[in-house]
Amino acid sequence: MRRFLPLLLLVPYVALLWVPFYNTREPVVWGFPFFYWYMLLWVPISSVLVFIVHRGSGHER
Amino acid sequence: MNADVHWTAWGVFALFFVLVTVLGFVASRWKAADLTQLHEWGLGGRRFGTLITWFLLGGDLYTAYTVIAVPALVFTVGAYGFFAMPYTIIAYPFVFAVMPRLWNVCHRNHYLTTADFVEGRYGSHWLALAVALTGVLATMPYIALQLVGMQVVFEAMGFGGMRQGAEIALIVAFAILALYTYTSGLRAPAMIAFVKDIMIYIFVIAALVIIPAQLGGFGAIFAAAGEAFQAKPATPPTGLLLQPSQVTAFASLALGSAFALFLYPHAATGTLAASSANVVRRNAILLPTYSVALGLIALLGYMAIAAHVSVKGNAVVPALIMQSFPEWFAGFCYAAIALGALVPAAIMSIGAANLVTRNIWRPYVNARMNPAQESNIAKITSLLVKVGALAFVVFLPLEFAINLQLLGGIWMLQTFPAVVFGLFTRWFRPLPLLAGWATGMTLGTTLSWLQGVKPVYAVPGVGLLYIGLIALVANIVVAAIGTVIADALKAARAADATKPGDFADASVTR
Repeated sequence: MRRFLPLLLLVPYVALLWVPFYNTREPVVWGFPFFYWYMLLWVPISSVLVFIVHRGSGHER
Repeated sequence: MNADVHWTAWGVFALFFVLVTVLGFVASRWKAADLTQLHEWGLGGRRFGTLITWFLLGGDLYTAYTVIAVPALVFTVGAYGFFAMPYTIIAYPFVFAVMPRLWNVCHRNHYLTTADFVEGRYGSHWLALAVALTGVLATMPYIALQLVGMQVVFEAMGFGGMRQGAEIALIVAFAILALYTYTSGLRAPAMIAFVKDIMIYIFVIAALVIIPAQLGGFGAIFAAAGEAFQAKPATPPTGLLLQPSQVTAFASLALGSAFALFLYPHAATGTLAASSANVVRRNAILLPTYSVALGLIALLGYMAIAAHVSVKGNAVVPALIMQSFPEWFAGFCYAAIALGALVPAAIMSIGAANLVTRNIWRPYVNARMNPAQESNIAKITSLLVKVGALAFVVFLPLEFAINLQLLGGIWMLQTFPAVVFGLFTRWFRPLPLLAGWATGMTLGTTLSWLQGVKPVYAVPGVGLLYIGLIALVANIVVAAIGTVIADALKAARAADATKPGDFADASVTR
């Protein structure tokens, strides 16, 4: 399993480069159209994914 | 130009500017070392830990020009201007996978620049020269744009109708910057970045709390922006969402810019100054915090629409600040933006100076420099680079710097195969890589130039694509074909100065 962990690094590319998926207005949250809060949300998600890969790599010891 | 002078804003601004100037000179004593060694002057002795690197790279990549230009673009075109968001998110998984290898191999072999690595890896100082020239060429207009960011702030504070006011202020600020970069090297921007980044975060948080409250919340801001875009003509396309024709341009700009970001000399310099490969990895996890700030800064463009600011272009953000905040706090925000120009400008000039010294001066002018001479050449180059950038802003139309910076991104991306592929494989040969680079540079520049310097080109059957990526594909194809031919002819390969183990962390044996 651990060998495949680095593949998580590719997830943000799919999530953010497949633009038609999030180029929409609804659902609106706090006045923010989906397009905007989706991108903002991907900042922490992407960080967590990189963190998981980093933890799993055994570099930190 | 504004006829009245905002004295309070100037006062607060001056206070922070003086504080930072003192810090810049004090920095030469920080983590004290022999600054006549280039790796001490130009890389801070590779001693920066996780936190310092975070401030340094954050201050380095998210520049004053970003704070000014991204909201200005959003103000004009809407959603399309947000390509900076996906761009600065997807850059970091790439940084995580690639840059620790670069750090390791450079640390192990005492390389100071990406071009040093290319020379060692492929045994070709011509390929290294190509990488170095590209970096210097792309960096100059980038520094010039930082000055533009500063200039708009000066103009917003006003000079009482003095015609050359902004230029004089700019020259003074730059002279100070040049002096402390000369004496303290990379330590100066590292120390100043602490102050500057904290100020930028305070500015962003205040803007986020205060301005929407004045304008009736984010719902009202988005609604006002949406209405403004609907009232505009259909071409060029604008809107709160991307128009169908903008989708491929948006995605390819994000991808290409993400790949180019850490090839820039200022980003590479900031990375190589880290104290370990793990510091680089941890920063790939932590640096996206700045992307949140960037996304919120981009929203200032919509806030400016909702607040009915009466100016256009780069003046939008300074005008919104003056309109929304008490004058003393406007001065604080302006200082944050101006310092946001000094940090990257310093690092950019140091990065360019390292390249000139190591990859142009040493191989082609004087191969027998001692360390003190090396560091002197770098210090003088950093001065010249800044004077050049200043001349750009003072003597040439603004359009020129903007266009060159846009081309700079396309050019930088053409060093990708030599640097990034080189970190993983030595299959490519140096001459084909050089041919690929030349192809990409020529194709990218031509495609962009033919349409009046635009970043995207309409590819039949696909849509608008970032020219940097199109050129990169041609670049890789040429390099690959050339390598296959040279292999078939069984041409000799130059020696590789790096060892396979150089790319891995020292303590990890797997």
